[in-house]
Amino acid sequence: MERTVSFTLNGDHVEVTTDDERSLLWVLRCDLDLTGVHYGCGEGLCGACTVLVGNEAVRSCVTPLKSVADKHVLTIEGLGRDGLHPVQQAFLNHHAFQCGYCTSGMILNACALLGKNPHPTREQIAHHMEDNLCRCGAHPRILDAVQEAASAAKAGV
Amino acid sequence: MANVTVEEVAIASGGMNRRDFLAAAGAGLFVFFQAEPVEAQEPSRLPARQNGPSDFNAYLKIGPDGRVTCLAGKVELGQGAMTELAMALAEELDVPLDRIDVVLGDTDLCPYDMGTFGSMCTPLLWPAVRRAGAEARAVLLAMAAERLHVPADRLQTNAGTIRETGNPSNAVTYAQLVEGKRIERHLPNVPVKAGALQVIGTSPRRKDAMDKVTGKARYAGDIVFPGLLHAAILRPPAHGAKLKSADTSAAETTGGARVVKDGEMIAVLHDQYDQAIAARDRIKSDWEMPGPGPDDQNIFEHIRKTAPQLRVVGQSGDLAEGERLAGGAIDLTYLNSYVAHAPIETHTATARFDDGKVTVWASSQAPFQVKSAVASALGLAPDRVRIISRYVGGGFGGKSAAAQAVEAARLAKLTGKPVQVLYSREEEFFFDSFRPAAVIRIRAGVAGGKIVLWDSEVIGAGEREAAPFYDIPHQRTTSAGGWQGGNPPGMHPFSVGPWRAPSVNSTTFARESHIDVLAAKAGIDPLEFRLNNLTHARIRRVLQSAAEQFGWRPARRQRSGATGRGFGMACGIYANSCNATMAEVAVARGKGTVQVKRVVMALDVGQVAYPDGMRQQAEGSVMMGMGAALSEEVRFRNGEVLTRNFDSYSLPRFSWLPRIQIVLVDNRESPALGGGEPPIIAMGAALANAVFDATGARLLQLPMTPERVKAALARV
Repeated sequence: MERTVSFTLNGDHVEVTTDDERSLLWVLRCDLDLTGVHYGCGEGLCGACTVLVGNEAVRSCVTPLKSVADKHVLTIEGLGRDGLHPVQQAFLNHHAFQCGYCTSGMILNACALLGKNPHPTREQIAHHMEDNLCRCGAHPRILDAVQEAASAAKAGV
Repeated sequence: MANVTVEEVAIASGGMNRRDFLAAAGAGLFVFFQAEPVEAQEPSRLPARQNGPSDFNAYLKIGPDGRVTCLAGKVELGQGAMTELAMALAEELDVPLDRIDVVLGDTDLCPYDMGTFGSMCTPLLWPAVRRAGAEARAVLLAMAAERLHVPADRLQTNAGTIRETGNPSNAVTYAQLVEGKRIERHLPNVPVKAGALQVIGTSPRRKDAMDKVTGKARYAGDIVFPGLLHAAILRPPAHGAKLKSADTSAAETTGGARVVKDGEMIAVLHDQYDQAIAARDRIKSDWEMPGPGPDDQNIFEHIRKTAPQLRVVGQSGDLAEGERLAGGAIDLTYLNSYVAHAPIETHTATARFDDGKVTVWASSQAPFQVKSAVASALGLAPDRVRIISRYVGGGFGGKSAAAQAVEAARLAKLTGKPVQVLYSREEEFFFDSFRPAAVIRIRAGVAGGKIVLWDSEVIGAGEREAAPFYDIPHQRTTSAGGWQGGNPPGMHPFSVGPWRAPSVNSTTFARESHIDVLAAKAGIDPLEFRLNNLTHARIRRVLQSAAEQFGWRPARRQRSGATGRGFGMACGIYANSCNATMAEVAVARGKGTVQVKRVVMALDVGQVAYPDGMRQQAEGSVMMGMGAALSEEVRFRNGEVLTRNFDSYSLPRFSWLPRIQIVLVDNRESPALGGGEPPIIAMGAALANAVFDATGARLLQLPMTPERVKAALARV
């Protein structure tokens, strides 16, 4: 149903008037020109479209717009606006990507984990990241990067 | 629009062609160079490369601000080409890496390139870029000598500045030399740097790193314009299906949607992608379905029946004599299924017309081939087509063709608006050019620990590297059909094509499994058996390097208990690079699952140009190789591709990650060789051999799904 949905996007108040059953992914990409969030599967199976809603990592491709009304949505464009976020810095340091297409989703999913569990074990990181797919095989480096970001947080960086 | 890049500026300023661009950028110094012909690279081993153009011209530009731009027709698929090429120029020009910009995959700005595949960037383009840098530096020194009134041999270059030795205040920068001038000067046979290198062989930060961690890297689907229309195209339900009728009325009355029909194409356009898809799905279409065709169960018999005549691709000695010496032969047939490329970025293109010239941003490994395809399909002169493939979200061989670019260009022409075509995951699986299913039969025999007979038939995989590199006096390799086309109609029920190390990822599985069978039959450790039968020095060295790192010890099977642990090895050659892979697995007998615990891979890729980039390729190959070996298999029936998304096509995940150790044999006696594909070739056999070591069950078919593992265990 066509409605005006307002929410906070990367710190800014936005209002979108559209069918509020549409998926957040395509509203972000087509209506709001935020192209750092990527389509990969359309069924919540790959995680390339991961964004944060509040403190939760969600698959924006299967998240209806209406469900983010009055909530805070963070995309890769809003992360680390004042310099790189520690997770981004760690991904940079470890080259935790190859083609980079899944990277926005990986980084935001890792941020959600560290928000809840600042000092995860490697197994906990792997478990949390399990359903984010990377075809290039950057997995060992992504785990290294998330571990480093957690250590940096511990050290107060 | 944020982050407008140089190519978009050029486009936005009105359909600039290459000559215009060169004129506009005329303050730069251009050094033209040519690579050695492709044919010089062992044509007998690399049949695919003889067909393509061998002209690898490329150039570099030194801007008035002193920044250097490297322009190359390769694309950045994630393999690190952007960084490796920048490093070549940084080394040869004496310019810091952070002052080098790289423009890839732009058919207006970059020199022709046949495509980013075959692990050719490092062996062919990279040295050519080095030579260009060396020549440019020599030209700059000659210019500085005139300007500073000092002989060139008393000048030194450092960080883009040329100084007189012993008199550093007598100096001029590259920017000062080039500014306001247009210089084209050739100096023949300028050698590249030898000895101690400053940049090559180091592991600096990737040039694409900042763009990729900040979401600023823009892939073909991230190119957006005001008024952009997203296209959803009506697709057949099966390969071979023919459209009988389509009622588009419901789509046409969808708010904001527009239906375009052009020839056989029916597309729905909308300024929101999801709405375009929804409107397309309201089209009522009736299809004439194809007759019965093969499915994923009976495909191997089908391939055997429909394959062309076997051709001999390697032969020596006398097979009958070999069989007599061996006192018989072990005859086994190895199978591998169709596998998908499954890049996370689906095939995507954004097309826009400006003054009769179309620019297509395409996720493609071969932008110049796409240019020809678009020009041909739209009846445009080649200079009216520009393809830009700057960042591509994975390719693995699957983005060599780019039908979506032609579709986007056609629709942009028809509508007069910029149009984007982005394949859904289902379309991606449907239109993928899969790694062909293969049937590889090998008869071989041993006498006194030596392989004396090898007779193999390679059907479906292709012949590249199909003949064994072991010392075998009596051998023959035959081949029929492959990934390169030329297969009889109907042999494959959909398109097939190159998939990371084509042919070789299949034939290495078969050969190295069979070597393991022979070693076991002879009661000889698989490492010792291989070394007994090999004089190939580089393969021997990677085997020994891997064994040392792995701590290989003679097989000691642990076949008791619910979980069997086993070790396996395999080795192979692709594009002259050598690979030995050793793996440890744990096999859960009850469930039939295989967990890979550890992988050691030793690689000889010649001189290692960019060690961290090489390690990334090797690590990625371990992951991707596990997928093809353990889970990935395309399901299909009667032309219908039943694999539609990642719930029915299982890619390797974080929980699969083994401990990975990569050993790079820095072979300075060899030039730098390709590294994107060679690391994957031995994974299938190394894992299959490890499963045998763990359980005594010989898996002859990839992927080794739990069902197949359990079936093989039941036969032990």
